[in-house]
Amino acid sequence: MSLNLSEYLQKTVDDLSGNFADKLIHVYQSSGDTFIVIQADALLEICKYLKENLHYIYLSDVFGIDRYTSEERFEVVYNLLSFKHHQRVFIKVRCEEENPEVDSVSKIWKAANWFEREVYDMFGVFFRNHPDLRRIYMPEDFEYYPLRKEFPLLGIPGSIPLPSTTPDTD
Amino acid sequence: MKLSDITSKVQPTFFKEHQKKLYQSLEDKHTTIEEIDEGDPLTTKMVLNMGPQHPATHGVLRLVLQLDGETIEKTKIDIGYLHRGVEKIAENKTYQEFMPYTDRMDYLSPYSNNVALCCAVEKIADVEVPERAHYIRMIGCELARISSHLLWLGTMVMDAGAVSFFIWTFKEREKIYDIMDRIGGHRFTISHSRIGGVANDLTDEATGAIKEFVKTFPNELKDWHKLLDRNRLFIDRNEAVGVLKTEDAFDIGATGPVLRASGYAMDIRKFTPYARYSEVDFDVPTRLEGDNLARYFVRMEEMHESIRIIEQCLEKLPKGPVRMDDAKKSYPSKDEVYYSMEGMIHDFMMTDTGICPPDGAESYHAIESPKGELGYYIQSDGTGHPWRLKINAPSYTNLQVLENILDGEMVADTVVIIGGVDPVLGEADK
Repeated sequence: MSLNLSEYLQKTVDDLSGNFADKLIHVYQSSGDTFIVIQADALLEICKYLKENLHYIYLSDVFGIDRYTSEERFEVVYNLLSFKHHQRVFIKVRCEEENPEVDSVSKIWKAANWFEREVYDMFGVFFRNHPDLRRIYMPEDFEYYPLRKEFPLLGIPGSIPLPSTTPDTD
Repeated sequence: MKLSDITSKVQPTFFKEHQKKLYQSLEDKHTTIEEIDEGDPLTTKMVLNMGPQHPATHGVLRLVLQLDGETIEKTKIDIGYLHRGVEKIAENKTYQEFMPYTDRMDYLSPYSNNVALCCAVEKIADVEVPERAHYIRMIGCELARISSHLLWLGTMVMDAGAVSFFIWTFKEREKIYDIMDRIGGHRFTISHSRIGGVANDLTDEATGAIKEFVKTFPNELKDWHKLLDRNRLFIDRNEAVGVLKTEDAFDIGATGPVLRASGYAMDIRKFTPYARYSEVDFDVPTRLEGDNLARYFVRMEEMHESIRIIEQCLEKLPKGPVRMDDAKKSYPSKDEVYYSMEGMIHDFMMTDTGICPPDGAESYHAIESPKGELGYYIQSDGTGHPWRLKINAPSYTNLQVLENILDGEMVADTVVIIGGVDPVLGEADK
């Protein structure tokens, strides 16, 4: 498939494939957005490179996708912006269904802190070296991951204890 | 006594593990943990729980503040009290069915949320929108921006101590509600946008009301500028409070007016123009100080710019249809539905299955909502409902900023700073 990249995105892709040739899995475009799928073990160095050499200084969002396939079930997507060059690029990493784990990029962009917590909370993807990996929406006592495809829309009855309706006597 | 003992002192009965982790994280945030003097008779060091339903928290927001006297040492924000799982709902509904839910996310500016979702679906499904619909959407979005900023202004000034201001801004908001009523038939949650255009055209009555508003509103704004711009009390409460430096603003991911008040003219309307924003003339107000006062000036100027945009839209408003004519991609008009069999079948199909973007397509579309970058990522599996729909909500991003800028401020300033950042919890707790 031929890509229709802007000048700067072409430079981004060229620079990445020059420096991390064996770490790039796939570069593709869909509806005008550019996605780069990379090896999970190279995430930190590629992100560092993108920030320091290619001016992707702003992390707009991090989110998870449940692909619901038997291998490499979860996908974590990083939505990066370069203000200087007016470009947006998406970096994707994939991880296994059993104990999904990705390196945390919160050292590179501080903004990743809450975004990664959300992915952890909703999909159960664990972020290595995250400074404060707690659940963000669901209480810590909740055992399931709501945005996984097998979690029912109605929820699981009895999964969260409800507060007692009688007031404390003391 | 170390503060770590707080966990043994506080005996939560509800969500034990959650509460303990929260206090634990309060401790872990910085490497140094100050000793709390056991002989401190006034117990100036304490942990203060604000919220979840404090009137100044703009929704259900819980702040856990570690205080030293009146200074905040560390802040932890606990959200999730409102978590409605809208992304999960979206994945089980058709695109058009989900649209009214977006009204209820940032409920202070429903119109721009509708447009954000519709734009994203139109991008992934490759739907063309008629020219007139673009301009109507822009008018709606800018009215929503003014309405949202008005509520921010009223509550923020009220947090700073002036109550009557709230009434005045609501008087103006009331006019916007009336306009929305005439545009879409509802005052609050309008759901006026449709995939492929808008639900119905502007009536003469609506256009007249908008023109009237555009004419009178700048005078009101001028009065407010006169009252606040050099108001000693207001400036003292806001200047150098909640300072966010430019580099930090990038790093923590601030968006919208919070980023612009920290010195960067980042606006999605200029960055990747959607609708017809490339055709109208407007400026992106910016300030360098990054404090609460700067955020005030940025938002006030944005309201001026919005008025400018609406005026230009009304001038340029072209004639023509307001929704695309392809019944496979967008709702047919009611005339067709009532008087032709095909129209009725198409209407039924649109409601039942809706639009089906190609299998495996992915797209991200962002708009500049009043709070900042509001983006929808959609991944399609070829059916009528999205496989994955992710909302990049500006309030969520800005709440993380709040957690960082509160440190070192006075406890009395928290309410003003929350007001200045302007989060809406309906959107943050998505």
